[in-house]
Amino acid sequence: MSHINRRNFIKAAGLLGAAAALPFNPLRAAQKEITVGFLYVGARDDFGYNQSHAEAAALVKKMPGVTVVEQENVPETVAVQRAMEAMIRQDGASLIFPTSFGYFDPHVLKVAQRFSDTRFAHCGGLWEKGKHPMNVGSFFGYIDEGQYLNGVVAGHMSKSAKLGFVAAKPIPQVLRNINAFTLGARSVNPDITTSVIFTGDWSMPVKEAEATNSLIDSGCDVITCHVDGPKVLVETAEKRGVMTCGYHASQAALAPEGYLTGAEWNWVTPYQEHVKAAMNGEPMINFLRGGLKEGFVKTSPYGPAVSAEAKKNADAVKAKMLSGDYVIFGGPLKNNRGEVVIADGTDYKQTAVELERMDYLVEGVRGQL
Amino acid sequence: MAETDLSIFLLALLAGAIRVGTPFLFVSLGECLTEKGGRINLGLEGILVTGAMTGYAVSYLSGSPWLGVFAAGLSGLALGLVHGVICSLPRVNDIAFGIALILFGTGLAFFLGKDFIQPSAPMLPSIPLGFWSDDTRVRSALNVNVLFFIGVALAFVLHWGLRGTRWGLVLRLVGDHEDSAQALGYRAAGVRILATGVGGFLAGVGGAYLSLYYPGSWNEGLSSGQGLMAVALVIFARWQPINCLWAALLFGAAGAVGPALQAIGIGWGYYLFNAIPYVLTLAVMVITCRPDRTLSGAPGELSLNR
Repeated sequence: MSHINRRNFIKAAGLLGAAAALPFNPLRAAQKEITVGFLYVGARDDFGYNQSHAEAAALVKKMPGVTVVEQENVPETVAVQRAMEAMIRQDGASLIFPTSFGYFDPHVLKVAQRFSDTRFAHCGGLWEKGKHPMNVGSFFGYIDEGQYLNGVVAGHMSKSAKLGFVAAKPIPQVLRNINAFTLGARSVNPDITTSVIFTGDWSMPVKEAEATNSLIDSGCDVITCHVDGPKVLVETAEKRGVMTCGYHASQAALAPEGYLTGAEWNWVTPYQEHVKAAMNGEPMINFLRGGLKEGFVKTSPYGPAVSAEAKKNADAVKAKMLSGDYVIFGGPLKNNRGEVVIADGTDYKQTAVELERMDYLVEGVRGQL
Repeated sequence: MAETDLSIFLLALLAGAIRVGTPFLFVSLGECLTEKGGRINLGLEGILVTGAMTGYAVSYLSGSPWLGVFAAGLSGLALGLVHGVICSLPRVNDIAFGIALILFGTGLAFFLGKDFIQPSAPMLPSIPLGFWSDDTRVRSALNVNVLFFIGVALAFVLHWGLRGTRWGLVLRLVGDHEDSAQALGYRAAGVRILATGVGGFLAGVGGAYLSLYYPGSWNEGLSSGQGLMAVALVIFARWQPINCLWAALLFGAAGAVGPALQAIGIGWGYYLFNAIPYVLTLAVMVITCRPDRTLSGAPGELSLNR
């Protein structure tokens, strides 16, 4: 009964042409195409936190049907609100990854209320049901597992039994890393101490270099850190012939001799979960956490200096972590003032919220909050 | 234990004074020269960052760190000349334009420097003055960069040049009393443009020290206000190049106090210790800038004094 008149013919031809021109095949027609926006607080190739995100974003770009837009050096001010709005309005982004901790409150929350059709997957924040919008989610990784393994390797390799840690600020995530690193090292040799120097901010190159030199002068022979860009620290230590453990991304290229191993992010896992959920129209994933086992974090390949014994021990611990039954923070655990912070018999699994509120340095850490 | 801690601490202060103080030295000498001519160039912060970026980029592309230092100086010269020329126009405020130059310089450096954050450029060599010691700490502390010695020599040359040469006298005359300079047939604007340009050159070299020696990496947080502190330092030094040297060393040591104390286990109040250079700047301002008297040694034509 169909009428092949001019209008219908043009309609059909147009549809055919459009279908042929679009890049996805009919099998995946159920998924929609999607534009994903990434915002970084610093430069994309800082050998650190932002690079770890940008590397994962490059992998997301390769997913079929995904267009990626990126913006770097977005400060944690209203500037990030404008940047997100531009991505939504001009680029048509329907999923945004604001990757810096300070973006969350109030910036992401504000913009999310105005654009309820857009998904905001924030890195590092703590999403709470009822309090925060449903189109917002937070994801983060248990990178202290990587720092614990750093500590195990450092514990084997250190001759002076003194380790150094250059930290930015005494916030729970940083303290957890310092403590995990120390516990890892002391699992090898209980006499090991870790000296901590806080620089006061995330990117203070001169202070970081000064801190590294001071730690080396006071006898530390393995150094690691929690600052945004470990480049200065790793290069300074390598120049002085001291070993380093990396953080955020791999800095192996900067220290071919002294780089032992490193705790790296593997953001592509949570990214892909969010992108798939958005493409298939599944509900927003509001709370997402994971460690080595879930593929949220990974470790750098061992450097040439690492002994066979250290590799064996670290690999054994890593295998236990991968099977999901390794407890880093188990009682009895004392802080560095001798007070019990985790009672005997209490084991905090990685998912425990108590660990996300950490406010102490464990026994063996030289430093004060 | 306490004794070794003390020696580590003092060594860190000494090393820090030289390592951290060198960029202060160059920027403050540049500013000293500029202010002797009667101008204030707050834009040295922007020039410092531009110099750091240029030095790193040129060193990476050419493979020669010294070429990088020279290029950094030239970039500083260019920005300094811009400041000099624009502030010579009628009714242009040098402080306001200086602030604009901070923003312009840092913005330009961030924009052009994006591709140079990741690569590792060849670094400036240092002189191992600690060769006589078996202690690696002493050896490391006494690894002194050539630029430091150039800076020290420059402080003395400027000290002599400002007092004992015709050029120095003309510059000081222009800075102290423009009308007299004009009566003698000197053009104030030209002298000032030149002084600001040379000042910019020195600040650019200071930036190259940051990116090519210590901490020895280009990224956007590199300066963290050191250019501005150097301006305060010039007032502290009473516009005397040799005092600039001592002041730069003092500020360098102050910057090393925070990390050094924590390394020997004194962990309390590190925010306070980290703030020492800034507190020092404030204290200097409060002590020197009392309203009941003018600053001794301040050039008469400075917009601070007029």
